[in-house]
Amino acid sequence: MEYKNLSEDPGREDIKLTKLAKCAGCGAKVGAGVLAKLLTDIKVHTDENLLVGFDKSDDASVYKLSEDLALVQTLDFFPPIVDDPYLYGRIAATNALSDVYAMGGEPKLALNIMCVPKSMPKEQVHEILRGGYDTAYEAGAIITGGHSIYDDEPKYGMSVTGFVRPDKVLTNAGAKEGDVLLFTKPLGIGILSTAARADMLSEEGRARMIGLMTALNKNARDCMVKYEVHACTDVTGFALLGHLLEMAQGSGLTADIDVSRIDMIPEAVELAEMGILPEGVYRNREFAEAFVDAGDTPLRLQDVLYDPQTSGGLLIAVEPKDADALYAELKTCVPSAQRIGVMKTEGEKRIVLHGCAE
Amino acid sequence: MLTIDVKGLACPEPVVRTMQALKKDPEGVTVIGDTVASRENIMRFAAAKKYKAALDEKDGVFTLTLTK
Repeated sequence: MEYKNLSEDPGREDIKLTKLAKCAGCGAKVGAGVLAKLLTDIKVHTDENLLVGFDKSDDASVYKLSEDLALVQTLDFFPPIVDDPYLYGRIAATNALSDVYAMGGEPKLALNIMCVPKSMPKEQVHEILRGGYDTAYEAGAIITGGHSIYDDEPKYGMSVTGFVRPDKVLTNAGAKEGDVLLFTKPLGIGILSTAARADMLSEEGRARMIGLMTALNKNARDCMVKYEVHACTDVTGFALLGHLLEMAQGSGLTADIDVSRIDMIPEAVELAEMGILPEGVYRNREFAEAFVDAGDTPLRLQDVLYDPQTSGGLLIAVEPKDADALYAELKTCVPSAQRIGVMKTEGEKRIVLHGCAE
Repeated sequence: MLTIDVKGLACPEPVVRTMQALKKDPEGVTVIGDTVASRENIMRFAAAKKYKAALDEKDGVFTLTLTK
């Protein structure tokens, strides 16, 4: 495939990648409610070795190859979330690899999936790919090929294959009553990227956003697999509350969340109050709100809890006796880790928020 | 007072255009739009800046009037 090199055109202006995208990052994800409707009446075939399919809306599928080896497979891609093509490549790859970590696995092979406008300069395309390769190597995975097509809106991501021990697979549905909930990245990434599109983000905010979106969940995964973790998921397009709802529903429990313990990026909270919110906030709210007792939680904090995250952190449900040790170890390698709540017996709502009244 | 049409615009452009209109005329603005997100974003902005918001909705199009 050839890319037209616009740099030979003296009249060209640099293409701002995010201007080509209708939705930013994981905010482009089809809503959970819509997705469920789209899949209605489609017959799902299965196999006795399929350990995780999409019946519990998990992050990746897991297929048992032998008694001590299972394959983890996932795919994730989205339109540009930043203008720098190298960083866009890094973010998309970090996000795609994250699904394997969320299942407790280690990524090994990756295939690129890419859509590019015919007019995109080949240097930009090269930079996107370079970002993807660097990130895959950092994760210890290798890229073995891929597929690219022309499209007016750029898109990039990866299909990632990893491995996990069949008895160590972490789904989002295995949480047990009393489990302590840990979360590994601050919230507000989607709001910051929305502000960036309007040139309303501070330099510090931009640096923070990029740093978070390019931080692999590898350390968090390597740390948590040493403890008795019952459930895990990565928080992405459906926001903390959407992914937490799936975990609570899948586990038949209610998540009791102390909002004051959740690390929210201060600039994101300020922007939320000013109404600089991505559409995904409202999609996520529509999907999850009926299952959430928000108590006295101020609207701006609720909005951050519904904010779609691109390449967000891991949400971990850990056995209470291991919680202190895992939290302490996580803090050494993932300083942004937070202890946000506990899983309780099923109540009237799936999620109860408290701890942050005005 | 200005009237702006933000129909068909993706977030955060509707709320950003509302802010720009209020910079030109801080007394108020009328915004015509067509998405839940743009309506809600502008309502949040109005609350933060202590504007009164009057909402009228018909056939999927809203008219939101912000006044001091």
